[in-house]
Amino acid sequence: MKTLSARGMEILVGAFVAAGFVALFFLAMKVSNLGAVTVGDGYQVTARFRNVGGLKVRAPVSMGGVPLGKVVGIHFDEKTFDAVVTMEIDRQYDQLPDDTFAKIYTAGLLGEQYVGLEPGGSEKNLKQGGEIRMTQSALVLEEVVGQFIFSKAQEGSKQ
Amino acid sequence: MSPLLDGLAMLGRAGLGALERLGRGHLLLLGLLAGLGPLLRRPRLLLQQMHSVGVRSMLIIAVSGVFVGMVLGLQGHYILSRFGAEATLGVMVAASLVRELGPVVTALLFAGRAGSALTAEIGLMKATEQLSGLEMMAVNPVYRVLSPRFLAGFLSMPLLAAMFSALGVWGGWFVGVGLLGVDDGTYWSQMQAKIDLDEDIVNGVIKSLVFGFVCSWIAIFQGYDCVPTSEGVSRATTKTVVHSALAVLGLDFVLTALMFGK
Repeated sequence: MKTLSARGMEILVGAFVAAGFVALFFLAMKVSNLGAVTVGDGYQVTARFRNVGGLKVRAPVSMGGVPLGKVVGIHFDEKTFDAVVTMEIDRQYDQLPDDTFAKIYTAGLLGEQYVGLEPGGSEKNLKQGGEIRMTQSALVLEEVVGQFIFSKAQEGSKQ
Repeated sequence: MSPLLDGLAMLGRAGLGALERLGRGHLLLLGLLAGLGPLLRRPRLLLQQMHSVGVRSMLIIAVSGVFVGMVLGLQGHYILSRFGAEATLGVMVAASLVRELGPVVTALLFAGRAGSALTAEIGLMKATEQLSGLEMMAVNPVYRVLSPRFLAGFLSMPLLAAMFSALGVWGGWFVGVGLLGVDDGTYWSQMQAKIDLDEDIVNGVIKSLVFGFVCSWIAIFQGYDCVPTSEGVSRATTKTVVHSALAVLGLDFVLTALMFGK
């Protein structure tokens, strides 16, 4: 076997360590969400829903299909029995009207749930700590199927 | 009556032997850790071992990583396309590599490629009385020979596992996007949306650090503790591979349960 000079070995080990760190960096920046999400660089608004379904923290908040931010917290209000969803919206989107409408959608039939926003007509804008008042709850599949079966059963009993 | 007693005695001897080995292993570990301090004054020893343990393992890790990623791409596409969910191919490839296959397969390959070589080298040093020779010259063989090898293995493993995962993600991309027509942007964006830095990548690195520690420890202990004959060295080498594989797979379950099983 060929013996290596000390310098050759140093260069090879250096290349090895560098390759390892490049791979780690690639995993962190390109594979994980580190490169995509701007952390803490936005303003927070809350919205109250009767039912959030399967909404999770970190779910996207989008308007017109474009992601504007993400859900950062979901709490339960014991006085009103509502679910309070805290959303963080990227600072560059600070022109949203304060009567924006929030609805929980499902991406595809089995997909994850996300918050979809629709603009209102107000002159004022949403600010840090603001609240979205007009909301619509998540569509819970069991309820829809239950209602469908109930209405079918009623039709059947009329005939 | 006497065969029964013989059997009992054999069982007892085996049990005591196992306990003694466990004790020697832990004492050796203390020695290895104590040797890390003096090692700082001689980084060249570490450099040599990083070369033989890390650099020389790179090729097999790189080739396996690419092929494992390509197979994941093929299999994942086959299953996911049945549900019309090819878009999540990137998530599947990246999550399975970063969480499980990267650390585990790297550790298994490392045990076969580098661990067995470490055991054979140290065992042969013992059989040819080189270790005793060092002691005669008042050089502590644990500090001089074993600690650098241990630290080199411990440090190389996470680097190798990261290379494995990164090349695997590329292999999955090559098959999924290049050959099977998954959308390029979807592959990466879905992956970035679903793979979390702390949850997935840092946990994978922690796993590979644990595996690096355990595999290097087992390899060095088996070499240092072997019967100093040709047969003893050969047995120790086999034991290194078997024990490392079992330890890695067992620990992987425990670590996965602790990390992801909330």
